[in-house]
Amino acid sequence: MAATASKNAITLKGSTEIVAEFFDYGINSILYQRGIYPPETFTRVQKYGLTLLMSTDDSIKDYLSKVISQIKEWLMDMTVSKLVVVIKSLAANEVLERWQFDVECDKTILTESKPREKSEKEIHEGIRAVIRQITASVTFLPLIEEPCSFDLLVYTDKDLDVPDSWGESGPQFVADSEEVRLRSFTTTIHKVDTMVAYKKSS
Amino acid sequence: MAHFKFDNLLTEMTRLDAPLTSGPPMRFNRKSSSGLGLSPRPVRTPGLTPTFPDSGHAVKSPTSARTPGKSPARLPVPQHRGRWKTPSKTPNKSSQHQHDRFIPNRTNSDFDMAGFTLTRPEGEEDEEVQSPTKVEYQKQLGAAMNIPENAKILSYKENKPKPAVGHANNLQVIYSKTKALGPNQVHKRIIPKVPERILDAPELLDDYYLNLLDWSSTNQMSVALGPAIYIWDASSGRIVQLMSTAVPNEYMSAVKWIQQGTILGVGTSQGEVELWDVPTEKKIRSMGGHAARVGSLSWNSHILTSGSRSGAIHHHDVRVANHNVGILNNHTQDVCGLAWSPDGKMLASGGNDNVLNIWSNVLGSDVSPLLTLTHHQAAVKALAWCPWQHNIMASGGGTADRHIRLWNAQSGCPLTCIDAKSQVCSVLFNQHHNELISGHGFSQNQLTIWRYPDLSKITDLEGHKARVLNLAMSPDCTMVASAAADETIRIWNCFAVDKRKKSSSVKPTGQPETIMLKSSRIR
Repeated sequence: MAATASKNAITLKGSTEIVAEFFDYGINSILYQRGIYPPETFTRVQKYGLTLLMSTDDSIKDYLSKVISQIKEWLMDMTVSKLVVVIKSLAANEVLERWQFDVECDKTILTESKPREKSEKEIHEGIRAVIRQITASVTFLPLIEEPCSFDLLVYTDKDLDVPDSWGESGPQFVADSEEVRLRSFTTTIHKVDTMVAYKKSS
Repeated sequence: MAHFKFDNLLTEMTRLDAPLTSGPPMRFNRKSSSGLGLSPRPVRTPGLTPTFPDSGHAVKSPTSARTPGKSPARLPVPQHRGRWKTPSKTPNKSSQHQHDRFIPNRTNSDFDMAGFTLTRPEGEEDEEVQSPTKVEYQKQLGAAMNIPENAKILSYKENKPKPAVGHANNLQVIYSKTKALGPNQVHKRIIPKVPERILDAPELLDDYYLNLLDWSSTNQMSVALGPAIYIWDASSGRIVQLMSTAVPNEYMSAVKWIQQGTILGVGTSQGEVELWDVPTEKKIRSMGGHAARVGSLSWNSHILTSGSRSGAIHHHDVRVANHNVGILNNHTQDVCGLAWSPDGKMLASGGNDNVLNIWSNVLGSDVSPLLTLTHHQAAVKALAWCPWQHNIMASGGGTADRHIRLWNAQSGCPLTCIDAKSQVCSVLFNQHHNELISGHGFSQNQLTIWRYPDLSKITDLEGHKARVLNLAMSPDCTMVASAAADETIRIWNCFAVDKRKKSSSVKPTGQPETIMLKSSRIR
């Protein structure tokens, strides 16, 4: 019994890992589904009971791993409030899509000593639902027909010391946008809401 | 009333050298009142917050208690503009109405303070000193820009992955067409209006009655250029001169590949029918019999049928020594069009006598045509059988006729007819799109794509400078080569199959088109 109890317990560190992992798979899914990079540069990976596509491009992998390891630190400190994937057209430099992951941190965990109870399976179910929605979103999102780049924005607390390799940025909103909220999931410590804003098609 | 007092006070403060109505008395006042020549200068400590003993309670403005905390010189605040007079060059009447002259009075000027406020470096002011207006402005600006008040937006700056250059999102193929075509909707396919490739074909004879171009099932194109025959391998781009006759004034008048694609039937101006094995570049046999040049050829498995200028059509069984297995005599003039049906049961022949004959596949010398169709008003050169529907045949007439006609070859019933408004030199069916393509002469020298079966025009492909003589379809049925009297062969990618349809398409034989046109010119 003790073993199962500890398996369902969740710590801040574990929760951080889960959320960071979700960001990694989520961003890769967005890059693939929205066709930002050629599909042949992606490989299939089994995760959350789904087949997900992960980029094999070294520069993307490197960039994402650096960003996510930094986000992990901030998740641990609970100083991050949002992660945003911005999709911009290359030619016009116009923001076409904005995928926003709102992170709500339950700061009471810092004072509590007892870990929370939630099984990994349950959390993964929640994540699976979100990723399925990301995958399904191509059916309603406008088709991206021009070459695009992506950008990651992280909303942090105001008093955070900015590391050297990071710089401040504008929020890069989509002009004249339509918004769709996707599902959310929670690890009981971090709650992640997903939302996509896209340019209204005329 | 307190605020009026405050107003006045501030106005005086900002003008530094104006006579003060409140505060310590003026020197001449003091002189006159006390009689003393000198009195100590009023003490004011240099600093940011001058004290206002008599109006301290009035200082609290509704917006902020910090307003007077600013240096006096900076006091005019936009939000008070309505009722607050900005210090101007015009002397303040209210405080000066009793004086008629301006007398600078520097005794009460606080030079330390003035100097400090003037020379203070920018940016020294800290959070507390920031004017409430500025704070408010920043707040408003932030709200307008949607920057959250208590957050920073960060972005990782180093080694951003480059966007995929040259990558176009190909999801369009999947998602762009969500609705099925309705009954009235016409599927518009984009047909490139320029040729994929132009090959030089010098010495190509400008003779309507010859058939100088053919494209094999092994993706090799043969073209007769005067006395020589060249093979252009469309997969590799290699060009081979298959043969060249040494006989003076002899030229090659017809080329036709066997269905399997390695043996080429050649008709010559001397009435010979030759067989060439192309891989080894060797002549296999030469078959005589014709009295005049052989302008048309057609294969039906091992039977090679040739039409001559004399009007005779010969069947050659290429397997046997005594090759002549049948003679069809009906045409009175040059036989310029010959085509076996895909099932090999019927032969269509067109002649310069304006007659289109349909023959059965019965060999022998005493055969009469199944049908003789005399609708055309000019030579019938363009002949094609429909690959997807039995017994349907298309024919096109020469300059005097200019019509494309569709026939039921079984019954001889004319199905559709359209005036092409130009000499029809060649016609081909395309099974991927259920369309026909025809090559024309004067005046546009164009290729025209027609919809089957109503023969409505889809598009014209213009580019040739002289009349189109022959057309040939690539083995994968996506491209058409046209040989024209301007001594060029143009290759048109006019029947490209989109990927969605490809899975259901009938036969994806031949090479993929990417490697098909790798090469250069035929000479």
